[in-house]
Amino acid sequence: MKKDAKLVKNALGRRVPTVVNGREQTPYKGVGRFEPDGRKQAPPIRSCRDFPADGDKRVASLEEALKKCGLRDGMVISNHHHFRNGDRVALRVLETAAKMGAKDLMWFPSASFPCHEPVIELMDKGVVHHIEGSMNGPLGRYCSHGKMRGVGVLRSHGGRWQAVQDGEVKIDIAIIAAPTADPFGNCDGSHGPSACGSLGFALADSIYAENVIVVTDNVVPFPCIPWQIQGNNVDYVVEVDSVGDPSKIVSGTTVITRSPDRQRIARQVAQLVRDSGIMRDGFSFQAGAGGIALAFVTYLSEMMRDAGVKARFVRGGSTKYLVEMLETGLTDYILDGQTFDLDGVRSIAEDPRHVPTSPFTSYNYHGKGNFASMVDAVVLGATEVDVDFNANVNTHSDGLLLHGIGGWQNCLTAGCTILAVPSFRDRIPVIVDKVTTVTGPGELIDVIATERGIAINPRRQDLLDALAGSDLPIRPIEEIKEEVEGFCGGPPQRARFTDKPVAVIKWVDGTVIDTVFQVEED
Amino acid sequence: MKRRKKTGEASSTGTAGRRGERVRSDLQVEVELRTKGGIDLELASRVEPYYGDSIRSQVTAAMSTLGVEHARVGIEDAGALPFVIAARVEAAVRAAGHQPATPLLPERTVEPDPSTRDRRRRSRLYLPGNEPKFFINAGLHGADAVILDLEDSVAAESKTDARLLVRNALRVVDFHGAERMVRINQLPLGFEDLAEIVPQHPELILIPKVERPDQVREVDAIIAEALGGSERPLWLMPILESALGIEHAFDIARASDRVAALTIGLEDYSADIGVPRSAEGVESNYARRRMANAAKAARVQAIDSVYSDVDNIEGLERWCLASKQIGFEGMGCLHPRQIEVIHEAYNPTPAQIEKAQRIVAAFEQAEAEGLAVVSLGSKMIDPPVVKQALRLVEQARELGTLPADESATEAKK
Repeated sequence: MKKDAKLVKNALGRRVPTVVNGREQTPYKGVGRFEPDGRKQAPPIRSCRDFPADGDKRVASLEEALKKCGLRDGMVISNHHHFRNGDRVALRVLETAAKMGAKDLMWFPSASFPCHEPVIELMDKGVVHHIEGSMNGPLGRYCSHGKMRGVGVLRSHGGRWQAVQDGEVKIDIAIIAAPTADPFGNCDGSHGPSACGSLGFALADSIYAENVIVVTDNVVPFPCIPWQIQGNNVDYVVEVDSVGDPSKIVSGTTVITRSPDRQRIARQVAQLVRDSGIMRDGFSFQAGAGGIALAFVTYLSEMMRDAGVKARFVRGGSTKYLVEMLETGLTDYILDGQTFDLDGVRSIAEDPRHVPTSPFTSYNYHGKGNFASMVDAVVLGATEVDVDFNANVNTHSDGLLLHGIGGWQNCLTAGCTILAVPSFRDRIPVIVDKVTTVTGPGELIDVIATERGIAINPRRQDLLDALAGSDLPIRPIEEIKEEVEGFCGGPPQRARFTDKPVAVIKWVDGTVIDTVFQVEED
Repeated sequence: MKRRKKTGEASSTGTAGRRGERVRSDLQVEVELRTKGGIDLELASRVEPYYGDSIRSQVTAAMSTLGVEHARVGIEDAGALPFVIAARVEAAVRAAGHQPATPLLPERTVEPDPSTRDRRRRSRLYLPGNEPKFFINAGLHGADAVILDLEDSVAAESKTDARLLVRNALRVVDFHGAERMVRINQLPLGFEDLAEIVPQHPELILIPKVERPDQVREVDAIIAEALGGSERPLWLMPILESALGIEHAFDIARASDRVAALTIGLEDYSADIGVPRSAEGVESNYARRRMANAAKAARVQAIDSVYSDVDNIEGLERWCLASKQIGFEGMGCLHPRQIEVIHEAYNPTPAQIEKAQRIVAAFEQAEAEGLAVVSLGSKMIDPPVVKQALRLVEQARELGTLPADESATEAKK
């Protein structure tokens, strides 16, 4: 932080830094309160005279491609997480850069996974200065303990696109890992030995980055059909043996929760969607790939079948359960942001009604609207929620940064936002007085569904009215909290922090909604 | 799970509870009694940042209540709730050879209404008595009863651990209206269970492997003594698990006024008659029918065994419907997902309810008109049929299938 950086209170009363990594910040002002202006960032003008007329942009190695892109100290390097924990490209890029002597890079992944743990070593060595992107598990722990040189910046999928458009993050070199590409750089994720589904997370980078490299293990002759990334935006194509470990890219089977408590939550959420009248012909919903969300999809499918109701579209995270809905006529379309399992990958390749989307279409704050606010109901999770319905998905109650935001914040604009969470995990209550970190403001969260009761935000009197005759266990949130604290032995101790910000949580509009402070060591 | 007791000159050690990667909501406590040095507590807890201070103060206070002044206490905790911590600490102290003058009872926070003899007992959810992680949410799944099991699901070396855990659970765990049943061990070990359990007022005790009525009478006497002057009912459900037990079913059912139901244990019964169990259960056909008849004769409920294949919901449904036809009124559940199927199967069907409503309406009309004979259309209705119809309509109201305020005479003809 610059010397003149200070901590100020934002509209939620959270202390946030005015400067992050040398850049001025706007504190969060409230939902829809911040009015952005100016013009969008644009990449430098290139011309076709600089590229081979035969369209063959292949270079011999990643090192050569990085060299041609002018790799130097302090650059911003971006990667994407469509290979999830099977990714073999991001680490290879950073390690190649290290070998070439680069220092102080800013790594800008759309998300990181446990397979990226070795980046810690690259930060220790000074190759990577800091990370702006989700930091899961070990990387989050490293950041929480104040070991990263810069401040971590966490953005939603939509927020990442917005930061790139704003020029808040200027990507020097975007490296796009592709399951199939042609020598011109057109590429796609639906085919090839490492097929992973949609490449939507890489789309912004392909449009706005200074330099774009496509890395693939499956070159096909021009044209690569279909293409999701346009070769016209691509500088170089590099062929490697393997871009990822297919067994970790997609899980062969997505696992529905077997816990009776969580099944109960899922079933009651489905019942809420039905009984509130949201489930009607032409409606839409979104649910992730977590155990409760998957069970919700199967319960809701059953209820839709019984009632003869069909959805217009469902949004994924696609899984075999959404694919089943599509194939049995329970929905007209799947609008797919991320493809989680083999059935999803097969479907997106074969079925034109299963459509790949991107954070631009789904979530972008600077778009002229986006899909997320058109979805009738969304089912999400959280690590903590509070009695004002604020929710946290980034840190745990012990203060450690352990998860990214993903599309979570962007989804909060759905017609009905439902957080499906257990009321406690082991002994740790999930409902607290004040969340450790605000990832999403309570005014956008309508329902908190736990196994021992469903709390509805008092701001949603309409929803309470719609559910008046329902036999769902609707209870005040304070009452559920007290019951859980009763058997857990009172509220948990609060985490202790130093005054040093180690990461900031951006709201979807680019303002700072909260700060993660360094945890105090014993 | 291992209990070690080393007795030396200076110290003796006792262990209770469980630890390991896969253990959740439990803890292991090792207590080494010493002659000096106060309480030396070593705590490793998965919830240290949240409840570390709370665990330390709870354990320190517990040792004082138990009358232990000098000991090393090693705890590995995986997010156990306070009533579990209390049970494990007490069990470890006892295992170390110190018999506390006062037990370490958590403050009682639940005292459900007493249950009645003829309470609905369609489902009873089995909870292994030494597995605390299932306790706290067990009542949410809507079973008519939960069984805190001290018998077959608890390893021989963990009997004390489980007994104290179940004792504490009866004082603090809210089972959300489910009847709280405890299955004690086979006598005489079961007597030790009764001593700890009865004062905590469960609603029903299952006595395993009952073969003779005097076993029930013995349990009855112990309960009466343990309850002192308390008027609170404590029901019994003997489990018949042998050929001899089946032969004595009627006398067992009548051995005590506390007997509210009879049930059967099929694993042990099959072993006793020397026939392996089959999916259709032909080998126990006779025993189940004989027992059901004996229960009816003694005016107690007939309750079936369990259906072990928890993933086979269709098989369970078939089993329940056949069981209901024999006269059983409920059965055990090994997994919450069995509850709903079981309830639906043992509930009266809509067609049965509708017919019963018509009979009741005809009965009320006949009464109003002062007629001695009830008839429906051209058919005469016998008094036992009327009685059964009245009971069925009553049952349907209790279940909410029929509105409580609806008078039977308004029912459609």
